[in-house]
Amino acid sequence: MGGNAASEDGAIGTSAAPLGAAGRLAMSAEDLRRALTRIAHEIVERNKGAANLVFVGVPRPGPLLARRLAAAVADFEGVAVPTGAVDISLYRDDLTSRAGAPDVHPTDIPGDVTDRDVVLVDDVLYTGRSARAALDALTDFGRPRTIQLAVVVDRGHRELPIRADYVGKNIPTAPHENVDVSLTELDGEDAVRITSAAGGEAADAAAP
Amino acid sequence: MPLHRKHLIDVADFSRDEVELVLDTAEAMRTVLERPIRRAPTLRGKSIVNMFFEPSTRTRISFELAGKSLSADVVNVAASGSSVEKGESLVDTFHTIQALGADLVVMRHACAGAPDLAARHLACSVVNAGDGLRGHPSQALLDLFTVRQHAGDLEGLKLVIVGDVLHSRVARSDIWGFARMGAHVYLSGPPTLLPAGFGDLLDGDGVVRVEHDLDRAIDGADVVMALRIQKERMAGGLLPDLREYARRWGITAARLRRADRRALVMHPGPMNQGLEISPDAAYGPQSVITEQVTNGVAVRMAILYLLLAGAPT
Repeated sequence: MGGNAASEDGAIGTSAAPLGAAGRLAMSAEDLRRALTRIAHEIVERNKGAANLVFVGVPRPGPLLARRLAAAVADFEGVAVPTGAVDISLYRDDLTSRAGAPDVHPTDIPGDVTDRDVVLVDDVLYTGRSARAALDALTDFGRPRTIQLAVVVDRGHRELPIRADYVGKNIPTAPHENVDVSLTELDGEDAVRITSAAGGEAADAAAP
Repeated sequence: MPLHRKHLIDVADFSRDEVELVLDTAEAMRTVLERPIRRAPTLRGKSIVNMFFEPSTRTRISFELAGKSLSADVVNVAASGSSVEKGESLVDTFHTIQALGADLVVMRHACAGAPDLAARHLACSVVNAGDGLRGHPSQALLDLFTVRQHAGDLEGLKLVIVGDVLHSRVARSDIWGFARMGAHVYLSGPPTLLPAGFGDLLDGDGVVRVEHDLDRAIDGADVVMALRIQKERMAGGLLPDLREYARRWGITAARLRRADRRALVMHPGPMNQGLEISPDAAYGPQSVITEQVTNGVAVRMAILYLLLAGAPT
């Protein structure tokens, strides 16, 4: 959550660039696939099954990640976990300090979330403000039994008391860097890249 | 993409991308209205003032519900019962509203251009909710939204607007909006209420044609929109006989058979049933008139969101 301004607006940083052109590769397609498979196992283990689960992604690309997790759970557990999307733009705390209103994406919560175990799925956990907004948005739809947070990358720099329950990879970063999670459906490839905000290669000092 | 505008005064200068941004945002706003809790905290702490100097029920309530669904504070000011009745000038009223700390003013006024005057004197955003005969942009946007929901695409659609085009600000805004999105706009009605000059109202994007014979105009239409016969504006005797009007330009189920099988029937309301539209058309399976009202709230939420969120305090 809150990877960077560009990815939250839906314009994933590397989408317009040629493949591999910008940034340092932090996770390959294989790394991403393994991390999501592991997270799917952890979720089912911690919740003692998959029957009560709902996966809700934060656009974009959260809903796509939620569907991949659900596919993995269906594969090894034989349970079809409902997936959906929760848009956070109407719940942001920075609407008066931004230039221009962020794009609003449709919210699609599958069924009633009351008494369900909801796993929020997002690409990057950064300041924690998007996670806070997603919690507020989700609780407008009901009272889940639990809400858990799964992210592909935890890049640090939290500004709120929020932590992830499931993390693909911890990547220490500098504030001027961006973490771009690319998915085949949106960007033509699966990869996680670190770019510097200026658009060039990330500083070596920030490598994990 | 944000909307790089502070005010919504007219749709005539809206680009295709800007219209689509409003319609896409309205699509998301509709999902807010379908929730158990029909309210998002987006515009918490923002004040919206509804200034209606002309009577209005649905537009005012629609803007009020839209503001409240986004958690803004909404205050209604009517001309009667306000200091306007005591002779306060419009500009002084603006200064008062300004001093009270409004973030956005929704304004309806009998004079075309009154919202432009407001935009010049107020530091906050101004939304035109109908000014004289000039325009009613939020109505055009909700009409576009409603048609897009059913047709999917507005490009190449045949829209027929029937009736008192001369006195209709809704028609003017719809002509601009639909033409901009690539629809073919046909106007029909008696020559006294539809001067030939409307045929020249063309902006390069679409086609605007005048066809006084409704049966010819309606042939193969995808959307048929009846306008209200505005009796309060008809003191000049432009219509000698209302029964003759209903016979020649009233929208009826029988007449709709000339249009496309799936044609939509629209009316901006309030309706004079049996005059410009018959009950079998207004409540028939093709009618989207009540959807227009529901969609109005979502479209106005989108307008308020795009103008107010992202505006620095």
